Amino acid sequence: MIELDAIDGQLLRALTRDAGQSAGALGRRLGLSQPATWRRIKRLEEAGVIHGRQLRLDAEKLGFGVTVFLGVKLALRGRVSLEDFERAVSAIPEVQTVEHVLGLYDYRLRVVARDVSDFERVLRRRVMTLPGVGDVEANVLLSEENLLGPLLV
Amino acid sequence: MLDEDDRKLLRYWQAEPTLSQGELAERAGMTTGRATRRITRMQELGVVKGVGVVIDWGALGYAVEVSLRVTLDKTQGNAFDVFLKEAREVPEVIEVQTFLGRVDVRLSIIARDMAHYQQIYRSRILTLPHISEIEALMHVARIKTSEGLPL
Repeated sequence: MIELDAIDGQLLRALTRDAGQSAGALGRRLGLSQPATWRRIKRLEEAGVIHGRQLRLDAEKLGFGVTVFLGVKLALRGRVSLEDFERAVSAIPEVQTVEHVLGLYDYRLRVVARDVSDFERVLRRRVMTLPGVGDVEANVLLSEENLLGPLLV
Repeated sequence: MLDEDDRKLLRYWQAEPTLSQGELAERAGMTTGRATRRITRMQELGVVKGVGVVIDWGALGYAVEVSLRVTLDKTQGNAFDVFLKEAREVPEVIEVQTFLGRVDVRLSIIARDMAHYQQIYRSRILTLPHISEIEALMHVARIKTSEGLPL
């Protein structure tokens, strides 16, 4: 496991906002030389802290006005293979994330749709027809924010 | 607002966020100039917000992630605002979402281990204002994480 200092934390925070910045520009803001900045980024990548890069799009401006989180319970536990369910659910293009969880539900899905009737189509035709699907609970996302609290310490 | 060429660029870019504009143009079968103009326009329109790194908290020693689904006491007029303001101040809360449905708010909490989680839960979460009910879901595995849009 890797230990971060305050500068690593600032660097990571800057990179989550904009990973396109050059090491030189980033370094100037943090009071580091370009090679030192580059070395730190490299170290964070090698340790797996920087897991990858993600293109951030405005879903609403692209016509996806509705995001719904679904809690899914499998109906026939043990009889349905989890792999089959996971493979089928991951193949649905509108399903953005699939998390296996313990508790009230077995899976948590993030689903994006153009509007409520488009969501209903995805739910009825794609989700409810998945192998082994049981109870489904839907919550419509109103707002979300990601925080980087542990990097501030 | 966007045409098929724009969406084509976004599809390739979404799949490989580290591509340069020249590489994107090549994949989409257009000149770099044309791709750059389209990308710049989409950035100006706010369709493209940018590329950011994704942090793996596990690699930083946070082995536990729990989703807390919170129902608030809505008889208190400002329950949402007060609760959210205080929840944001807990460093281990890395995600805050509000919903229309059975759940009002969901918090994602990370912790080094179960003992650490227990400590955060008791000292920082149960003390948050206006909670009427909490349910916890413990993360076991991420099966799909793309968050890409079906363009």
